[in-house]
Amino acid sequence: MEAILIHLIKIACVLGVVLLICAYIVLVERRVCAFIQDRLGPNRVGIPLWFRKDGSAITLGGKWALGQPLVDAMKSLLKEDFVPAHVNKLYFWLAPILAMSPALIVFAVIPFGSQLLGVPMIVADVNVGILFVFATASITVYGIVLAGWSSNSKYPFLGGIRSSAQLISYEICLGLSVVPLFMQVESLKLSEVVTWQSNHLWLICYPWNWLPALIYLASSFAETNRLPFDMPEAEQELAGGYNVEYSSMKFAMFFMAEYTNMIAASALMVTLFLGGWSLPFVPVTGGILVGLAHICIFLAKLFGLLFFFIWVRWTLPRFRYDQLMGLGWKVFLPLALLNVLIVAGVIMVGLSK
Amino acid sequence: MHDQLFWFFSIAMLLSGVLVVLGRNPVTSAMFLVLSLFFMAGLFVLLEAYFLAIIQILVYAGAVIVLFLFVIMLLDLKTENVRQFKRFGAAGALVVAGALAWKLTSVAASILPAAGAKPVVGTTEAMGKLLFTQYLLPFEVTSVLLLVAMVGVVVLSRKETK
Repeated sequence: MEAILIHLIKIACVLGVVLLICAYIVLVERRVCAFIQDRLGPNRVGIPLWFRKDGSAITLGGKWALGQPLVDAMKSLLKEDFVPAHVNKLYFWLAPILAMSPALIVFAVIPFGSQLLGVPMIVADVNVGILFVFATASITVYGIVLAGWSSNSKYPFLGGIRSSAQLISYEICLGLSVVPLFMQVESLKLSEVVTWQSNHLWLICYPWNWLPALIYLASSFAETNRLPFDMPEAEQELAGGYNVEYSSMKFAMFFMAEYTNMIAASALMVTLFLGGWSLPFVPVTGGILVGLAHICIFLAKLFGLLFFFIWVRWTLPRFRYDQLMGLGWKVFLPLALLNVLIVAGVIMVGLSK
Repeated sequence: MHDQLFWFFSIAMLLSGVLVVLGRNPVTSAMFLVLSLFFMAGLFVLLEAYFLAIIQILVYAGAVIVLFLFVIMLLDLKTENVRQFKRFGAAGALVVAGALAWKLTSVAASILPAAGAKPVVGTTEAMGKLLFTQYLLPFEVTSVLLLVAMVGVVVLSRKETK
């Protein structure tokens, strides 16, 4: 009974924190993009603390627009939820759900800390860890494909077709790029990958892991539909892509799914390449303070990477579709395969320990 | 608990399998196929074959059926929706399905494992060891077969250039 309770609390905390990050990363994106484009960005709405009689409010952090996510969410919820007459109703409803839920399920197997009061800081430490992540991530494509198809109109359909081809292509690169890591760690459990890194060096420190890290990073840009690979929703070409016919909360679900996917991809990269919750000179085991420190280290790395995602989005121009496919199949795939061979050689020679 | 879950997964899998065949809309059929694959993965989990369960979802639900959907969406669905029920076709299908079911049950009954067979834990490690020792040749031959199929598709789909 107590074990179930602990699990439920952990699940609630992870979901809460991920959705909170999801809400605020949109604000961070808008502020950072404004900074890059030499604007101010959102700078009015604060978190309301107290409402005066005349309707005005005392707010917190208005200069930084800390209340902006709240207002955005209210706007999405209160807008008219318009369903066009020509859509396939069932799949039109199902698509946003299918896009959003796999992105959240991925967090079940990501170790976000070592332990707190003896409780391991991971929701489900399954022994097929990384495969679970890829299996769940591969379901995301249904959301986008069904959204494109059920909308029953041309632009969303083209967006859906583009994205299904793109996601399937880059899933292969993504999967192959991390194979060498697990050859080195000799376990598929993500918790053991982090423990290994806390006992040795971070996996990014080994020169033969630089290429996989690069391929992983670029492929995760493609998998999360971010620039420079945001073909499925290229506004200028597709008027927005698979989500053109959506409005209100259903649109917001797709929007949130994109950001949740981005957080998941970053969390995975932190876990696989950047040492997860470990940091040199911070003890691996210890009391509640060390446990909390590990969670903070993980979050700090996560935010660093999320900032990088945003930075890249507002810096690079979009690829052409044939360039995107060419890069995936003709460059990344052979390089990732070659790298598996290289690392196998390194392990045989005995340099990896 | 174990038994209830087994019955739940099996019945749900068979039900969605039937709905794949009965569904008029090809996209609905494909989605029910995905659902039945998920229930099958559940059965694998009950057998402690976690690796198979996750590969089932990764390869079939995540890649193969997505390609199915891809093809279905590009087809003209209107001709499929007005498909007619053929009496002789149904009778023939029933006969074939009946014969297959009869043969399958008799074969399945004849190869029941001996009592006390050692349960195998389907971890990734155990699977990998089996694939690279006992089943190495079939494994490699299968991959060559897939390669041949792929090369065949490339040759067939290539446009003639003069």
